[in-house]
Amino acid sequence: MDEFDEIVREFLVESYENLDQLDRDLVALEQEPDAHPLLQSIFRTIHTIKGTSGFLAFGKLEVLTHAGEGLLARLRDGGLRLTQERTTGLLQLIDAVRAILASIEATGREDDRDYSDLVRLLTDLQTPIHDAEAAAVALAGQSRRPGRANAATRSAAAEAAAATNNVRAAPARRRAGKSVAQPARPVRRAAAPTSQSGTRNDDQDGGVAVGRHDVKAARAARKAGSAATAAAIPPESPGPPPSDVPLLGELLQQQADINAQDVAVAMLEQQLGDDRPLGEILVDHGQATPDQVREALAMQAVAQADARSSGSVSDATLRVDVNLLDTLMRLVGELVLTRNQIVATAAKQVDPAMQRPSQRLNLLVSELQAGVMKTRMQPIDTVWSKLPRLVRDLAVACGREVRIVLDGRETELDKTILEAIKDPLTHVVRNAVDHGIESPEVRVAAGKPAEGTLTLRAYHEGGQVNIEITDDGAGIDPAVVAVKAIERGLATVEELTAMSAREVTNLIFVPGFSTAAKVTNLSGRGVGMDIVRTNIEKIGGTVDVISETGVGTTLKIKIPLTLAIIPALTVECAGERYAIPQVNLDELLCLEGDQARAGVEYLSGAPVFRLRGNLVPLVWLDHVLDLTKAPHVDESVYILVLQAEGQRFGLVVDHVLNTEEIVVKPLSRQLKDIGTYAGATILGDGRVALILDVRSLARRAHVVRDGDSASDREQQTAAQAIADGPEPLLVVAVGGRRLGVPLSMVTRLEEIPVSRVERVGQREVVQYRGQLLPLGHLATLLGEPSQADPDADLRVVVYTQGRRSVGLVVDAVVDIATEAPRSRGDVAAYGVLGVAVVQDLVTELLDMEQAIMAADPRFFDAVAAAGGADVSPYETYADDTYAEIGS
Amino acid sequence: MELRQFATFTVDTLLFGVEVHNVQEVFRYQDMTAVPLAGQGAAGLINLRGEVVTAVSMRIRLGLPPLADGLFPMNVVVRVDDEPVSLLVDAIGDVAHVSPEQFEEPPETMTGAGRTLITGAYKLEGKLLLVLDIARAADIGIPV
Repeated sequence: MDEFDEIVREFLVESYENLDQLDRDLVALEQEPDAHPLLQSIFRTIHTIKGTSGFLAFGKLEVLTHAGEGLLARLRDGGLRLTQERTTGLLQLIDAVRAILASIEATGREDDRDYSDLVRLLTDLQTPIHDAEAAAVALAGQSRRPGRANAATRSAAAEAAAATNNVRAAPARRRAGKSVAQPARPVRRAAAPTSQSGTRNDDQDGGVAVGRHDVKAARAARKAGSAATAAAIPPESPGPPPSDVPLLGELLQQQADINAQDVAVAMLEQQLGDDRPLGEILVDHGQATPDQVREALAMQAVAQADARSSGSVSDATLRVDVNLLDTLMRLVGELVLTRNQIVATAAKQVDPAMQRPSQRLNLLVSELQAGVMKTRMQPIDTVWSKLPRLVRDLAVACGREVRIVLDGRETELDKTILEAIKDPLTHVVRNAVDHGIESPEVRVAAGKPAEGTLTLRAYHEGGQVNIEITDDGAGIDPAVVAVKAIERGLATVEELTAMSAREVTNLIFVPGFSTAAKVTNLSGRGVGMDIVRTNIEKIGGTVDVISETGVGTTLKIKIPLTLAIIPALTVECAGERYAIPQVNLDELLCLEGDQARAGVEYLSGAPVFRLRGNLVPLVWLDHVLDLTKAPHVDESVYILVLQAEGQRFGLVVDHVLNTEEIVVKPLSRQLKDIGTYAGATILGDGRVALILDVRSLARRAHVVRDGDSASDREQQTAAQAIADGPEPLLVVAVGGRRLGVPLSMVTRLEEIPVSRVERVGQREVVQYRGQLLPLGHLATLLGEPSQADPDADLRVVVYTQGRRSVGLVVDAVVDIATEAPRSRGDVAAYGVLGVAVVQDLVTELLDMEQAIMAADPRFFDAVAAAGGADVSPYETYADDTYAEIGS
Repeated sequence: MELRQFATFTVDTLLFGVEVHNVQEVFRYQDMTAVPLAGQGAAGLINLRGEVVTAVSMRIRLGLPPLADGLFPMNVVVRVDDEPVSLLVDAIGDVAHVSPEQFEEPPETMTGAGRTLITGAYKLEGKLLLVLDIARAADIGIPV
């Protein structure tokens, strides 16, 4: 019984592999319906599964694959076209086979599902669609039908053709243009052999599996020169798979206007003594041109070469237990550490007797490490190969046209890493097809080709693997992201205005985010992108998104080559050494002397430094780790520019030591819980050093959004309250007074350098997004002296209606808040509609209409003229009942 | 009447015992790497033949002052949850053979830290051998 299990296991393993190949082949075939070798290969695979399932008594599987085989045979022999429905049907067949195999794997038996519908579908799909197809099918069918007992030459030749066409299993027949091993019955001696072959063919109908011994008999008979029997081996033989190389006759049937009978006649002539190759005979008969024959021969040669090479490749591989490889990996890791120690010690010694062996050891261990790592490396294609089918199915389901391009399929990754990125990659691809790429109509209207392109690139760089997923779809609009972020309470308007477009776009990775207007069952549940990032960061990688509205989106993923051994930078802080994975390291800076002092600036109390014009937050490692260090008056400041969660920040350390490959050792559970350490390693001198978890560090230093911290939760509930309750107000400071502006009337907040302000007559304007933005100083409107620094950038609240905008200049933006309930009051002041208590302080409510008119007197006329002016925000003031102040 | 074997060690004036089969090895003080932000008691990390082992200071766990200058603790490596942990103690003692009759519940007079970390005691001549609860002692998350 064990032996049987072993056979079943083998069957399952091989079949799974074959099914994966089938997926790829079918999708490729859909693109190139005429690729005959592909169709052959697909047919053969289904045929093999069918045969083995019959042998192992898996009845359902056999019936199912038989139906599929029927369809494939029709497609292969010409006549039926590969339509989308047929492709879908075949793909469904593959899925069904997988399902049954899974059931066999789990329970040893087939599952209980009823597949008769699918069988019916596959049979129905064999019906020719229209007359042309019907004719072609009939023609092809005629040449295959065995045993029509007509004594006419034609039909005899047809039978012979059937015989020759059907014989595939005999390994002897590989030679181009030569006749088959089984001789066809010579036509002239039709009398006696006919009856013989008649019997033979009847037997054949009974499905007698005529095996190898008949081939031998046929050869023997040929040697004897007698009329041999046509050893017609029926195609449904569960024997060894047929040879991979198509016959010249078959090829010519595809290429030229020949049918099986012509080929058979030519072969008969060969039997009768004509020494010429098959191709020549056919040309002579006028049934094929020399070019066609040449082409067919070339195709055959290619197929032969493929068959030969694929045979040798499969012989040269070996199945190895993954656990064994894990053990090897671990041992090599230990060896690397010991090697580091030996090399470090030997370097200090003068004795060459130690130096030479240690150098040799160094080289050997490096090579060994590379070799063992390679055993666990698999090409990324093992994950990517499933994508064409996924994209095809998705595109069909969403009504899109998408082409997938895979660049760098052979890029290798460690097996465990491949496992980890499989799901994130799939999700990203789904997103791209479902939400990224627009429908063909929209694309064409935008001047893009109707077919969208999804490109995946993978390549090695700097000890890491880079994966880029690019689509030429609609792109991610930062404005839409920003609005959603506010709605979900993930960011405040202030924070958003301080972010670059790229940082805003990266907000899609924050938990709880989803810009999909419709949640489809494919993606868009708001749990996708953050899980993608979490999974990737869990294996020590980083992910970043770059997008351009209307043009497309690119997702960049960087992952280490292996989890166990990573390139790292060692640094020193407060007398101890730490290691930082290079995957997180962007740059290294050293600020000396004056630069060190001046380089550090403070923004709202937080230290930052300027990196090529951008402000980057600065974090001191000893602060984050609560270390006390001896105050040293070091002239130089070392800054590591690190990246985590799409955010960059600078980490200040005492010294930068070395880059080296380190072996990651796990920490005990309780130390792991601290979070700031990704593990530990043993350095060259034998001492232990902690490996820093950059993302955790960033969170601890509040450089990135920490989804778990209490303060963020408060912020979220506050944001939620704002969203649910009365209209939120943007609180601004103007000349010492607090004013509230309805948030719904705030389109944008800008900081504009004073130098960009220009005068047009009495008015101030700024060139803004291709238009002239009139500016109105609220300080002037309210009759207050501005308290802002005259040289600092102007803080401008922009209101846009339709295509017209106006900018209101304030001293500072304070906050967003809601007014306390029933706190409204009347007040007589120019430019102000009333007061309310906001954040426990009396706040005046700005008369937006007046302010806008002050900036641009013709604003509302122009907007009304443009049609569709919506002045509803004012209703929030008009509708409210005003209460007495102080009650 | 089975005798059990305990490896013993001292921390301050207290004598502790751990069943011999739980002890992986003992060795002298080794240089350790500090772990900032770790809870009370984590003294550092040790390189034990290529494995990174956490060292837990028994003195800190028991709320005792550190050893005097010039004196260094010894390492007693035990296994907890299939992971090695090194307990830092003052000195290593002999192996004690005890019988179940000598076993007692933790004495009432013991309070605080000591009480939490022991599961009982064996009465020896003139002193008490406190049976250490290894899992609790090694878990710096458990406060004492």
